[in-house]
Amino acid sequence: MQATIDFVRRYPLGAIGAAIMGLFVLTAIFAGTIAPFDPTATDAPASLARPGSVHLLGADFMGRDVFSRIVHGARISLAVGLCATALGCLIGVAIGLASGYLGGGFDLLVQRLIDILQSLPLLVMALVMAASLGPSLANTIVAIAIPLVPNVARIIRSNTLALREMPFVEAARAVGMSEVRIALRHVLPNTLAPLIVLATAQVGSAILVESALSFLGLGIPEPHPSWGRMLSESAAEYVRTAPWLVIYPGIAISLVVFGTNLLGDAVRDALDPRQRR
Amino acid sequence: MLVVENLQTRFYTRAGMVKAVDGVSFTLGRGETLAIVGESGCGKSVTALSLMRLVADPPGRIVGGSVRLEGTELLALDEAAMRRVRGKLVSMIFQEPMTSLNPVMTIGRQIGESLVLHEGLSRRAALARSVGLLQLVGIPEPAQRAREYPHQLSGGMRQRTMIAMALACRPRVLIADEPTSALDVTIQAQILELIGRLQRELGTAMIMITHDLGVVAETAERVIVMYAGRKVEEAAVGELFARPLHPYTRGLMNSIPRRAAVRLQEIPGMVPALSNLPPGCAFAPRCPQASAKCRAMEIPYEEKQPGHWAACLYA
Repeated sequence: MQATIDFVRRYPLGAIGAAIMGLFVLTAIFAGTIAPFDPTATDAPASLARPGSVHLLGADFMGRDVFSRIVHGARISLAVGLCATALGCLIGVAIGLASGYLGGGFDLLVQRLIDILQSLPLLVMALVMAASLGPSLANTIVAIAIPLVPNVARIIRSNTLALREMPFVEAARAVGMSEVRIALRHVLPNTLAPLIVLATAQVGSAILVESALSFLGLGIPEPHPSWGRMLSESAAEYVRTAPWLVIYPGIAISLVVFGTNLLGDAVRDALDPRQRR
Repeated sequence: MLVVENLQTRFYTRAGMVKAVDGVSFTLGRGETLAIVGESGCGKSVTALSLMRLVADPPGRIVGGSVRLEGTELLALDEAAMRRVRGKLVSMIFQEPMTSLNPVMTIGRQIGESLVLHEGLSRRAALARSVGLLQLVGIPEPAQRAREYPHQLSGGMRQRTMIAMALACRPRVLIADEPTSALDVTIQAQILELIGRLQRELGTAMIMITHDLGVVAETAERVIVMYAGRKVEEAAVGELFARPLHPYTRGLMNSIPRRAAVRLQEIPGMVPALSNLPPGCAFAPRCPQASAKCRAMEIPYEEKQPGHWAACLYA
């Protein structure tokens, strides 16, 4: 409790980010209770209904309630953001740790491959992956996770390189520990602080990339309510006549990405030993 | 109990091959303390690492000699068998108590690790034992401290923790590599006293690696003086301080500060680069007594007095 108060006091922006993320997570969990309508149910008479007492944020051309779709879209965004980040970090940590700890030819090979991957922007990589895998929830997660791997692997590798020369690694060897055990129990836990910082920031970009992929028709297929897909359906045709179809999903995306960035910055500062009291 | 014969460790660098340890031999009896003294870069730490087979390869390699512990040839063991020796039969205290502990692991768990590894204890049992060990090394409130992280401890307490770690499995041989160099002078005496007391209680033999002759006088029974990877003198502690034979040993003793008014006598020159040693006596370029003969011939390492060996033509 005291730790929470301290965090809010020291990082007010981070606390706002945490609040946004908290709200987002709760929305995703209780989407079924919060949403007044079935997000996929069509209702012809309500087509393009203005925001009002029945349809809080209006309805799209098929008469689907925009508010309900945004609430359910939170589930998709959260699932994709968390799963893609987790998967990307898992693979990245394994590669980075092995590469940094083993060194030599293996390290050289892996780093050159990562150079190639990193020469493409996250979105372009994800686009290529998504296009070749085809649109589905699982494929979208993979398509976003793989491009995250190089960043994670780089950071873990550079930390591992520094850590493996530390005297406590030598000391672990001197008590008879095997190299695998040293890597997993002594080196890996010491790389977690930068990893947490990176992962927090990556959740936001993963959500953004998911929206972009869905916007381009390569991400989450219909009828799942995805924020990016909601934008792309409406942007071209209805942006003048029914701007609420574009504005509200856009706000949802911006808010969540903004929240992860604020939280990510605060986490970075909080875990930076140079700034610790 | 520990017999080291003609140990040779070399480093293969881009600048050439370096004989970091060149033909070092000694024996260590049960419960005995042997000090290895010398300047930075004389090969004393590499000797210690070679005994544990912890010299990084590449660039280093033990190319010859023998290290026998209770009859077992350590240099012939495979890596898995060697791991069972490290921490169990031979363990080591490092110089840097600040960085020799893992910052993200509680000290209780770090001490317990070798017990889990070598004695097959459960985590919980190992933790209980480490509380006992912390008490043994004189840390107040050991149960509380065992749950803390290294940054919450002072330098002296961390070195005590390192000692507890090294002694957890009651090793036969303890190698202490400059255990007090990074500590305050007041703490140094306490740590030396602690190491000495535990060594007597547990019957552990010790190799004390240091550049500080004061530490030697307080802890050791026998001393080896090393220079440029070789032994230059060896004697019982009293004998060495009373009658240093090698000019290098005398130089070391003259560079101990005694009284503020007297100017310190330094050894002129620098330790030679090991990759480019002069022929003959490696100390000759810095030696006040050196003659042409010293620079020309291989200097024999001889027993000059009973139990007192030196490698000098004029001793």
